Amino acid sequence: MHKLTNKLKGNKLAQIILLVLYVLVTSLSLYLAQASVTAFLLLLFSLLLLYYTELPDRLKWVIAGVVLIGVIPFVSSTGPGYQSYMEVATVVGIYVAMALGLNIVVGLAGLLDLGFVAFFAIGAYTYGIFATGQAANFMPFGDFPLSGESFWIFILIGCFVAALFGVLLGIPVLRVKGDYLAIVTLGFGEIIRIVFNNLDKPVNITNGAMGLASVKPPEIFGYQFVYPNQFYFIVLAILLFVILAVRRFEYSKIGRSWKAVRENEIAAQSMGIHLVRTKLLAFAIGASFSGMMGVVFAAKQTFVDPTSFTLLESITILVMVILGGMGSVPGVILGAAVITILNLQVLTEVTNYLNQLSLNGVISFPEALAPAKMQRFIFGAILIVFAIYRPQGLIPAKNPVFDEESLKEGSKKHRKEQITVEPDKGFQA
Amino acid sequence: MLAEILQTLPQVLVDGLALGAIYAVIALGYTMVYGILELINFAHGEIFMTGAFIGVAMLILMTGMGWLAAMPAILALILVLVVTSILTGFMGVGIERMAYRPLRNSPKLITLISAIGVSFLLQDLVRFITEYKRGNYILTGPSMFNEQFAIKFSSISSSFSDAFFKTSTIILIISVVLMMIGLDFFVNKTKWGMAMRAVAQDRETASLMSINVNKVISLTFFIGSALGGATGVLFAVQYGTIDPYIGFILGLKAFTAAVLGGIGNIRGAMAGGIMLGLLEMFAAANLQLLTGGIFGAEYKDVFAFAILIIVLIFKPEGLFGKAVTEKV
Repeated sequence: MHKLTNKLKGNKLAQIILLVLYVLVTSLSLYLAQASVTAFLLLLFSLLLLYYTELPDRLKWVIAGVVLIGVIPFVSSTGPGYQSYMEVATVVGIYVAMALGLNIVVGLAGLLDLGFVAFFAIGAYTYGIFATGQAANFMPFGDFPLSGESFWIFILIGCFVAALFGVLLGIPVLRVKGDYLAIVTLGFGEIIRIVFNNLDKPVNITNGAMGLASVKPPEIFGYQFVYPNQFYFIVLAILLFVILAVRRFEYSKIGRSWKAVRENEIAAQSMGIHLVRTKLLAFAIGASFSGMMGVVFAAKQTFVDPTSFTLLESITILVMVILGGMGSVPGVILGAAVITILNLQVLTEVTNYLNQLSLNGVISFPEALAPAKMQRFIFGAILIVFAIYRPQGLIPAKNPVFDEESLKEGSKKHRKEQITVEPDKGFQA
Repeated sequence: MLAEILQTLPQVLVDGLALGAIYAVIALGYTMVYGILELINFAHGEIFMTGAFIGVAMLILMTGMGWLAAMPAILALILVLVVTSILTGFMGVGIERMAYRPLRNSPKLITLISAIGVSFLLQDLVRFITEYKRGNYILTGPSMFNEQFAIKFSSISSSFSDAFFKTSTIILIISVVLMMIGLDFFVNKTKWGMAMRAVAQDRETASLMSINVNKVISLTFFIGSALGGATGVLFAVQYGTIDPYIGFILGLKAFTAAVLGGIGNIRGAMAGGIMLGLLEMFAAANLQLLTGGIFGAEYKDVFAFAILIIVLIFKPEGLFGKAVTEKV
């Protein structure tokens, strides 16, 4: 085994061949053995394999694009499990975008935000209120519900409104640090939830605990997006944008100042980093991704109510970031995917299996222990184990190291080859 | 409007005092741990909740065996309180050992995350044990101390109405006062208390003065958790119904109380707890009246969190705390 990995290392052709073989085998098994969760998960796993190959970045993106846009929708499309697979993939996308947003706040800027789901809620309600008749209650002008075509504008509006709330939260919060910040954001998240839960009087804005039902589905040129397989592509497009944005931010000046603030606020300040602006930007940008996905979520569920935005959700997103690796983009993507699939597929599958067993009388299995109910337990265990044994997560964050000499002389191409990476020391101390 | 507020004021004061007493004891647990480790022990609310469950389970067990009928109720309560506080005390020590001690030199963020993990773990653990045993995770204990009393405020002035309370309220307030006096005595007058204060001041120097820092920290967790667990039992006796998720929000409010009084300051935590309890009850009773029906009692939690945010922003050292300048 060791020999094999050694041989593979450095041999790009072999890696490509192996990867293509892997994708072929898993997609064939998914194509032929329909409704096989394992095959679907294995196919998704190919993206992780792709990450570990030594191919050039551009090729990796192309392959990932082919797998995500072409292979996955196609091979799962023929069977009865199609919509449920696409549902899972869509939800994974939504959570990945949110986790990337939280990663900016927690992983890069080091501001622990325990009320992050509030921004998701704000995005969801922004679209939900205007895409149902609800807005007519307090808007004297205009014709509500707005048509599904407004969805595309609302992605931007949701993004801006969430960013605005990020800044609004940020302004008072800037004066507190560390643990206090965590508590204050937690309080903020609860406040938002309670407010949405009770804002049905004196003016009925959110319809209170009843929630907003039959939110208009997105529409473009008369084509309606109703099924998960259609949302999959919307989410994919937004996700692509988010990933690109996050990567740009991380290695830009603002990204470096986030990391500086995370390591030592006072030192960063004395090096001329504008603390207020840096932190507010982190809050705003993190929140905006979440707001966009909130809009998509509202459109996908066609139903918004306050129970989707509890503290458990905030912690879920935090778990994704911690599990994957704070500050590491590929890590956070992996973490979000693992947790979402665990929640949506694995836990429910195992529960069904166990229920089946106890129905058949093989073993007696108490209802209370159903794995689907054990979310908090599992998340708690993950948080503790990772905090103690692997605080840097599954894929630790890496910082590029630039060689000064080659930067001075070299051409752009030359420079690229010289860039090496070293582990991000931030969370390993 | 004022007349109406005055009318209900006695009842609000009694209820607020009972709730405030509970907040105060839980806040003590937060404050003690924060004073020594500078760590928000997120799991403290869950220890309180576990205490409530252990207490109720014991009471149910004792009812089943007929002990509760055989002995005076107050004796049974004291027995349950002692056993529960010892159990939760050891639980607190265990949590510190497993989840916090390995992280003592890590960044604060990591410790905080581990604390959140413990809290989630405990919630679900209690949930499934209860659900497994009883089929339902919402638990109602045997009713004890339900005799009603009335204080005749109306005889003082007709603008007040009478305040009603149960025997359990008196027991609750008396035990809480006893616990607080005991703790105050322990921390300020005994050798171990002095060691605790020394460790809170400076861990390294304290260890040079032949203080076993780990032992002191364990002891702090033991005392804080024992108090929390005992309060859980009192809470269950007072309010009857408990579920595994009461701890988190109650713990959060107790933390607010601790911040209000100045975190790390034991007397401040007591005062903050009582104050928050009174404020919250007042808000719950009168918010609707004060805002002309726009905000109802359901906004009382918003009220508590708003207090927290305002205090943290304008007076982060709390009402009774000393401002600390940060070392660079």
